[in-house]
Amino acid sequence: MGSPIWVLLGTDPAHQTAIVSTDEILKCRNLRKTFGDLVAVDDVSFTITAGETYGLLGPNGAGKTTTISMIAGILARDGGDVSVCDRPHGTSSAWGKRRIGYVPQDLALYPDLSARENLRFFARLYALGRAEARTRIEEVLEVVGLTDRAKDPVKDYSGGMKRRLNIGVGLLHRPPLLILDEPTAGVDPQSRNAILESVAALTGEGVAVLYTTHYMEEAERLCDRIGIIDLGRIRAEGARRELVALVGELDRITLTADGTRPVPELEALPEVREVGVQEGRLDVMVADARSALPRVLAAATEAGLVVRAVEVHEPNLESVFLHLTGKALRD
Amino acid sequence: MGPLLLIAAKDLRQRVRDRSLFLLALVVPFGLAAIFSVVFSGVDRQETATFAVADQDGEQIARTFTEQVLAPLERQRVLRLRTAATEQEARDLIARGQARAAYVIPAGFSRAVLSGRPATLRVIGDANAPIGSFVARSVADAFAAEVRYVQVALAVRGGGSPQEAAAVPAPVTLEDLTAERRQLSLAESFSAGIAVFFLFFTVQFGFSSILDERRDGTLARLLAAPVPRATIAFGKLLSGVVVGVMSMTVLVIASSLLLGARWGHPLGVGLLVVAGVLAATGVMALVATVARSTDQAQNGQAVVAVLLGVLGGVFIPFQQMGEVFVTLSLLTPHRWFLQGLADLHGEHAPVLAPVPTLALLGFAAVTTAIALTRLGRMLRA
Repeated sequence: MGSPIWVLLGTDPAHQTAIVSTDEILKCRNLRKTFGDLVAVDDVSFTITAGETYGLLGPNGAGKTTTISMIAGILARDGGDVSVCDRPHGTSSAWGKRRIGYVPQDLALYPDLSARENLRFFARLYALGRAEARTRIEEVLEVVGLTDRAKDPVKDYSGGMKRRLNIGVGLLHRPPLLILDEPTAGVDPQSRNAILESVAALTGEGVAVLYTTHYMEEAERLCDRIGIIDLGRIRAEGARRELVALVGELDRITLTADGTRPVPELEALPEVREVGVQEGRLDVMVADARSALPRVLAAATEAGLVVRAVEVHEPNLESVFLHLTGKALRD
Repeated sequence: MGPLLLIAAKDLRQRVRDRSLFLLALVVPFGLAAIFSVVFSGVDRQETATFAVADQDGEQIARTFTEQVLAPLERQRVLRLRTAATEQEARDLIARGQARAAYVIPAGFSRAVLSGRPATLRVIGDANAPIGSFVARSVADAFAAEVRYVQVALAVRGGGSPQEAAAVPAPVTLEDLTAERRQLSLAESFSAGIAVFFLFFTVQFGFSSILDERRDGTLARLLAAPVPRATIAFGKLLSGVVVGVMSMTVLVIASSLLLGARWGHPLGVGLLVVAGVLAATGVMALVATVARSTDQAQNGQAVVAVLLGVLGGVFIPFQQMGEVFVTLSLLTPHRWFLQGLADLHGEHAPVLAPVPTLALLGFAAVTTAIALTRLGRMLRA
């Protein structure tokens, strides 16, 4: 992937969507969906504000796609409410749909049509005027790096090119809310990185992003807040650190040093909860390793330890998920 | 361009790209018309078979037969006449393949008829042309019945002069022949039948493409767009209708040019074609909503198209299939389409075929309504 997609929104105020009458772009309350006896989504509630990336993290079959399908107006809900930019939203709400950019997990493109024809079709479907559509199409093609291949049928594109175009379609009409359903599924590491950078840049432009993934690293890197979803229910919600704190696990700073011994100076630090001494190694347990690390190193040095190596172990969302659901994220 | 036309245009563009539109709208109808023209050219020649006439009598009754029975049939292009001086010459014409059958009117034929004595009209048929022989014999049978009528009339009146006999109304076979002309010719009937049969395959892609979109993931994107769901469904239907009308129009024009088929007044035929396309689209849409995948839909649609085609008299005229099938055929759009074309056929045919057209529109309305209802449920699930 060439340049990131943030330029799509542009810096020209005329091209910015007049969205934000409120900071709360999306509000879901008690969403519920059943398929026969199966409760796919149960009592799911969350909000997303402008410029925020909210991640729905859960394994396959957890209810992520069903949840966003109800939010996108694709699927009728059995219960609960959705509002977009403070207005009630549903399957027949054209107003709300114009304010949502939906990027499905599948490559939702017409393979026999070219990139430009695909973009033109969706631009007109979102009621962009001819002139505006023409401008936006060229902008999107430029940004996703497909200008040179714009006339080629999509079926001749590589997987990465299709994935980029798939995201580009979702951004054509400059939506204030972007829903990305596992946008990096099956994407090579380079393209994945570019997509993540682009999403981060979009939030910088004020776009609210709902991002579903079962990749823990993506959620940790990208999302301001994360909802951990399993069996159709949100098990926990918050910023990464809040979720980790919820579980009660501590960060661990491991100091490899000569002549290890108990170090009272370390134990005296307010950040330090516990110090374990083993042969050639000290395990210092803290709430936030990144902020505590400089003081821990300074205290160890003052105590006369010759520190040869430092390792930081932060509990990740994988362990949080395991703690909350009793199973691994990729089960 | 509104969303409905936008969706239909996109579907058609896809069909142009994968060449299926070209195939369905041009190649298939042209191909069918060309095949029909080759297959039915022989049949058409049989329909205007040459009959030899050897009139060795030349009196009133013989002239009545040749001038008032055979000559009108020739003018109506049911047959061509060729005069033979003798029976042997007539036989030679048949032997050389220059006539399918021959009438031999022996000397004294008229006098025998008028005097109430047995009279013989010989019909010589070509064993290799059973249809021609059958037609020749049927005409002779009809004439013989009329001769009997003349004899009875004269007997009742206690005899009569040859002039009186000649004044007796001529055999009235024209009325039956007029009725026959309201039917399609064999070539036209098969052309129309196969055309309406293929029409069901032509229009099937329209609504079924919703299943393609669902398989490819684009349906979710369409549903997420600010477009009413009914618009998406009607856009799909419209693309099928457009291709169906194009295909049928090409077929009608091509069969007229290549086969010399005369389908009737363009307005009536146009309305009938549109109604037929709508009915076919509705039926195929309904079948598609029962399926879970594109393959399943295509298989189901093929089965339904063949079954309806058989019942509707595409392959075997339903009149030959028994009373039950005649009744069942009323449940098929094929029957009404063919009936409509037959109604519009002929020199004195009406401009419109209202009953068949309305019946087809009824099929379209009912099947489309059910299909849309089922689709709505499917999309809500």
